[in-house]
Amino acid sequence: MSDLSTLQIVWFVLIAVLWIGYLALEGFDFGVGMLLPILGRSHQKGAAGAADTEARKRVMLNTIGPVWDGNEVWVLTAGGAMFAAFPQWYATLFSGFYLALALILVALIVRGMGLDYRHKVDSDTWRKRWDLAITTGSFLAALLWGVGLTNIVYGTPIRPNPDVKGDYFFDGNLFTLLGVVPLIGGLTFVGLFLTHGAFFIALKTDGPIRQDARALGIKTGLVTAVLAVVLLLAINLRHGSLVSWIGTVVAAVALLGGIFMATKGREGWAFLGTFVCIAFAVVAYFGALFPNAMPTTLADGADLTLAAASSTPKTLTIMTWAAAVFTPIVLLYQGWTYWVFRKRISTKNIPAPVSVGK
Amino acid sequence: MDVLDLARWQFAITTVYHFLFVPITIGVTALIAIMQTFWHRTGDDHWLRLTKFFGKLFMINFALGLVTGIVQEFQFGMNWSLYSRFVGDIFGAPLAFEALLAFFLESTFLGLWIFGWDRLPKKIHLASIWLVHIGTVFSAFFILAANSFMQNPVGYTYNAQTNRAELDDFAAVLFNKVQLVTFPHVVLGAYMTAGAFVMGIALYHLRKQALDKGPDISMYRKAVRFGAIVALVASIGVLVSGDVQGKVMTEVQPMKMAAAEGLYETRSGAPFSILTIGSLDGTAARPILEVPGLLSFLGTGSFSGEIQGINDLQAADKAEFGNNPQTASASYVPVIWMTYWNFRLMMGAGFLTMLFAAMALWKTRGQGVVTSGMWKHIAIWTPLLPVLANSFGWIFTEVGRQPWLVNGLMTTETGVSTSVSATSVWISMIIYTLLYGALAVVELRLLLRYIQPGAVPVEAPKDPADRADDEPFVFAY
Repeated sequence: MSDLSTLQIVWFVLIAVLWIGYLALEGFDFGVGMLLPILGRSHQKGAAGAADTEARKRVMLNTIGPVWDGNEVWVLTAGGAMFAAFPQWYATLFSGFYLALALILVALIVRGMGLDYRHKVDSDTWRKRWDLAITTGSFLAALLWGVGLTNIVYGTPIRPNPDVKGDYFFDGNLFTLLGVVPLIGGLTFVGLFLTHGAFFIALKTDGPIRQDARALGIKTGLVTAVLAVVLLLAINLRHGSLVSWIGTVVAAVALLGGIFMATKGREGWAFLGTFVCIAFAVVAYFGALFPNAMPTTLADGADLTLAAASSTPKTLTIMTWAAAVFTPIVLLYQGWTYWVFRKRISTKNIPAPVSVGK
Repeated sequence: MDVLDLARWQFAITTVYHFLFVPITIGVTALIAIMQTFWHRTGDDHWLRLTKFFGKLFMINFALGLVTGIVQEFQFGMNWSLYSRFVGDIFGAPLAFEALLAFFLESTFLGLWIFGWDRLPKKIHLASIWLVHIGTVFSAFFILAANSFMQNPVGYTYNAQTNRAELDDFAAVLFNKVQLVTFPHVVLGAYMTAGAFVMGIALYHLRKQALDKGPDISMYRKAVRFGAIVALVASIGVLVSGDVQGKVMTEVQPMKMAAAEGLYETRSGAPFSILTIGSLDGTAARPILEVPGLLSFLGTGSFSGEIQGINDLQAADKAEFGNNPQTASASYVPVIWMTYWNFRLMMGAGFLTMLFAAMALWKTRGQGVVTSGMWKHIAIWTPLLPVLANSFGWIFTEVGRQPWLVNGLMTTETGVSTSVSATSVWISMIIYTLLYGALAVVELRLLLRYIQPGAVPVEAPKDPADRADDEPFVFAY
């Protein structure tokens, strides 16, 4: 690690921050999407139940309505920052995890279209189809991000390209990515986002759905805690560092603390718990990764190190200035958005469905 | 097809598709912001109705632009990993800047604008849509700076040790001379597209109202004239910036200019053919209508200027680039019929838009309305023409760059991903294409459904201070 410059370390940390931003924010969007068929279901029966189910779903969707798109930009920024700061990392990773990323893109596309289009036509069939798009899209994206990010840290078959000087490539296919630990990673992400989404709904809504969300989050949280411990131990035993162990401990404490707070009815603290858990899980991941960008699993391969993947000091310096000036501004106005839409939403806030043409 | 062909097709399909929605987003946000500002200034209810109407249409369109945009950022790494590693030190920064400065601004304030009608103070709500528009313009700036580097690489040095292009001067990259003409050309093209969008749709309703003696004739006339003025003024700007672009292109990419005309032999006073029959391979082209000296004028500013021909350029490129594996290519000539026809179709669609906008302005002067059947066709074609022109223009620009990925520095075939199999690209391409096709059908039908009722009367938005906590929202998912 001695051959890494301060700028390279700064950018490694900043990319971790961007991933924290993405997973901690879009994580609850995914959770809300996955929970749509579960928490959406009304306790009432018959026609009143059907109407209540639809109102509950719309309450859930409106908790993320004004913010999900802004949340998604974090991943574009993370991708752009990886491209600019560590081009070889971006090149090796994105070409290597090709089909997994293509599936993530499809998942994000159908989910985004569902969120934007579901309310535009007053028809049960129309809504049912977009509900399916939102829920499966959210699930698939959560699962695949978990599988993908765990693979990066846990190691993949990376080797230097004999034909192109300086290039490293991924010597595998989609099935190479489906190892046991990465799959546990995928399930953990799903569980974590379900819990995070449930606590978000508990925090942002009022009425029966609020109680249901809190109760469900406690259950999924406990299952996730078990998965997360197995996952983080597996990663730490292979690539552990001081930072990754600290990240692991804080993440575990935060998750359990969040669950505990939920049992006490403290929804804000519960949500903060899952938020911090996600943040420190990313810290654990990046702590385990350092000083590599992508460790190899091949005996005759070579780790893609951050030093080998990095841009020039000039590019990193320019990027640092831009990040120093604009990241606080982004945080400020994005934070302000959450303040504007801070009030709890209940079924009373849901207007009649729009009915335009036929 | 091999990985290279597949990756090229995938880039073409996903990029052309994405860019159907982008100019409308850039331009219409500006027009909506202006309409909403008119409403604030005048209190005229018509402008509020138009703001909300075009706002809905814009959001239907934006959804697709948004989701297909993520594919764009990812596919450089996915399909073009050797390109990404080779130019990442230069090319990555504009993309990161675009996300940080533009996408956050756009998406955050769009959320505020859509959901904020009754939850934000009036002025802040208006500022939100302006900020969305500013975000889209930033976005255009950075992505075009990145593209301009591919047309005319500047501000870099090649480092043999790391085997890649490295940043030397970031300002040179951002203010590349190609960028300085491309950015205005594309953004003005977006305003033209949006002006035509508003004009065409309003024209359709104006005609309907005029035939039915409806109550909203004056509102739609305002909208027609507003859209037409924007389209006309912007298209003049597109023409002027395009003219300057032609001269820069002649200088930095002479092959592309020669390919735009299919000019094989270097000559002074080169003519510009409006149409041609026969093949364009230099043997049997028969121009139908030729304007003497016009190509020379477009390229050099003088009717007698010299334009280099394809044959001379091919020989010169062969000598200069033929010995380096990263720049060697059997041919340095793009596909001529593609460049030739796309160049003309782009201009033709642009000129027709101008003509329709001028006609609409003339016809709606005073208390004028439109009623004849011809105007229905104009109403339908006006929004489509600039969208087509945008696509033709980009196909010309990108096909005309071939065989280069980065002009003079890296051929397209040396930029493709190392570890991606043809099967993988096939799978993803089939999925994207089917999905994009299905979504296009859904989007178009939804758009038509929302266009039909027109700018219906709306309630003036409430002050957030007067709104009770359990009141239904004005807008909700």
